[in-house]
Amino acid sequence: MSLRLGVPSKGRLMEKTFEWFGARGLRLRRAGSERDYAAVAEGVDGVELVLLSAGEIPAELASGRLHLGVTGSDLVREHVPLWDMKLRPLAELGFGNADLVIAVPQFWVDVDTLADLDAVAAAFRRRHGFRLRIATKYHRLVREYLQASGVADYQLVDSQGATEGTVKNETAEAVADITSTGDTLRANGLRILSDGLIHSSQATLFKSRTAAWGDRERAVMRQLEDVLAL
Amino acid sequence: MIASDVRAHARAEAERLTRLFMEAGALPVEAAILQPAETLLDLYGEDIRARAYVTSDPLRGEMMLRPDFTVPVVQMHMESGADPARYTYAGEVFRRQETDAERPWEFLQVGYELFGGTRPHEADAEVFAILQSAVGNLTLRAAMGDIGILVAAVKGLKTTAARKAALLRHIWRPRRFRALMERYAGRTPVPATRKALLAAADPFADAGPEIGLRTRADVGARIAALREDANSPPISGEEVALIESLASVREDAPYALSALRDLCVDLPAIRPAVARLSDRLDAMAARGVTVETLEFEASFGRTTLEYYDGFVFGLYAPGRPDLPPVVTGGRYDALTRVLGRGREVPAVGGVIRPELVLRLRGAP
Repeated sequence: MSLRLGVPSKGRLMEKTFEWFGARGLRLRRAGSERDYAAVAEGVDGVELVLLSAGEIPAELASGRLHLGVTGSDLVREHVPLWDMKLRPLAELGFGNADLVIAVPQFWVDVDTLADLDAVAAAFRRRHGFRLRIATKYHRLVREYLQASGVADYQLVDSQGATEGTVKNETAEAVADITSTGDTLRANGLRILSDGLIHSSQATLFKSRTAAWGDRERAVMRQLEDVLAL
Repeated sequence: MIASDVRAHARAEAERLTRLFMEAGALPVEAAILQPAETLLDLYGEDIRARAYVTSDPLRGEMMLRPDFTVPVVQMHMESGADPARYTYAGEVFRRQETDAERPWEFLQVGYELFGGTRPHEADAEVFAILQSAVGNLTLRAAMGDIGILVAAVKGLKTTAARKAALLRHIWRPRRFRALMERYAGRTPVPATRKALLAAADPFADAGPEIGLRTRADVGARIAALREDANSPPISGEEVALIESLASVREDAPYALSALRDLCVDLPAIRPAVARLSDRLDAMAARGVTVETLEFEASFGRTTLEYYDGFVFGLYAPGRPDLPPVVTGGRYDALTRVLGRGREVPAVGGVIRPELVLRLRGAP
């Protein structure tokens, strides 16, 4: 058995991940053509590189099919219940930064905090007969945050893309979405609540606590820790 | 996998309990395992998604595996409407476990529910006594509360109707309740953004485009309400302290009752609710309940039992904080009000978990 390391298979996230490991002496590269997902890691023996969609890496780590993996901390928190019992963050990689935030229409000048949002949700439900809708794809993170903050009378509606447009389209009253600069939210007439930051995410190297860690994997891991200065 | 003999024992225990409840006059009823998600979501909001399994049907839309029997039994009763009516049911309920893998996700519940009647304290006592005696061979700690007393205290505060409504809405969310209390008492500083909003000549100066279902008029109405609130005098420190003392009453029932009677001097609004508690304890004692060792907690059920707006109770295995209560129940008039579309029926009931009964009895 070798140590299985999962990294994102596409785009900037893949390139930045390759750079991060490369700069520390573990060279990651694709082995075959652009089309297949064969890949190799050079610099430490016994590392098997697996290219995967970033969204699949949390579940693979949680089930123990990967020993190590790079993915967004937001995806881990959203998709792995009791994540900190199954995974351990080893290093924040300093890219892929994105904040999960709650935003409301800019012209809601009376709403600046979650307490305001809660009061508005009560009035909205009385007036319209249904709960104030918040569009998101991060159901667990948003629900836990709002529950802990004591916000009531809202509902989450699923939005897998173009979430910023849902308010204009009147399919939601507010959104909980990922943003790095806030520009897209502003361009869509939305403003982030002053206490609306749910989670600051970035690409993170995680170690699986549930994977099989035999002598061989532990030996490879010690070498990796040296090379990567973990 | 559940070992089949464990399941058979649990079923036998559920049947024993059902027979007891039928002897007490309850009509056995059933409920579908798949319930329309809309009703449950409308009642409990997103929080229910963390507790109930959601599935979907192409024609009926989102469905939930019943997390308990209360809602279907209330709906059934509101359609039939005998008064008074006693029901019993037994079957599996399903609970998602997001944070504790040790807790069961599927277990049996046997319930006893009493609708209608004209003497609520008698109905409360009947339900408690029947459930307690049904598990009488176990040594259990009994605790009770009464959300109605806290509700009465909030309604009696010397403050605006809007503030009382906001506080009542968050009775079941103690953190938000406390935060509201602190703000209405003037103990939390007004945020700078709020000050600026209320001072602005034109609050909509940099407002941006009007988008979504909430209109400019809605925003204007809330600003007017915030202005009115800013001009209302704060809730006094004495009143805040009284609510806090009330919420923290936790003693054996007779001592709790006398503590509450003392509080009536400064909180006259709770007098009728405290009198109801006193009547209930008398009715319980008349049915053989040992009220002297019954623990009363004013905040009992405040975080878990939304819509339970009066008497609430639970029976626990002493020294086993890892186990959920073996028996829980309470009065849920508010639920019948919401589900009855204008109609309202007094309702009180409770459930027993047969698997826990067996576990504590030490059976296989």
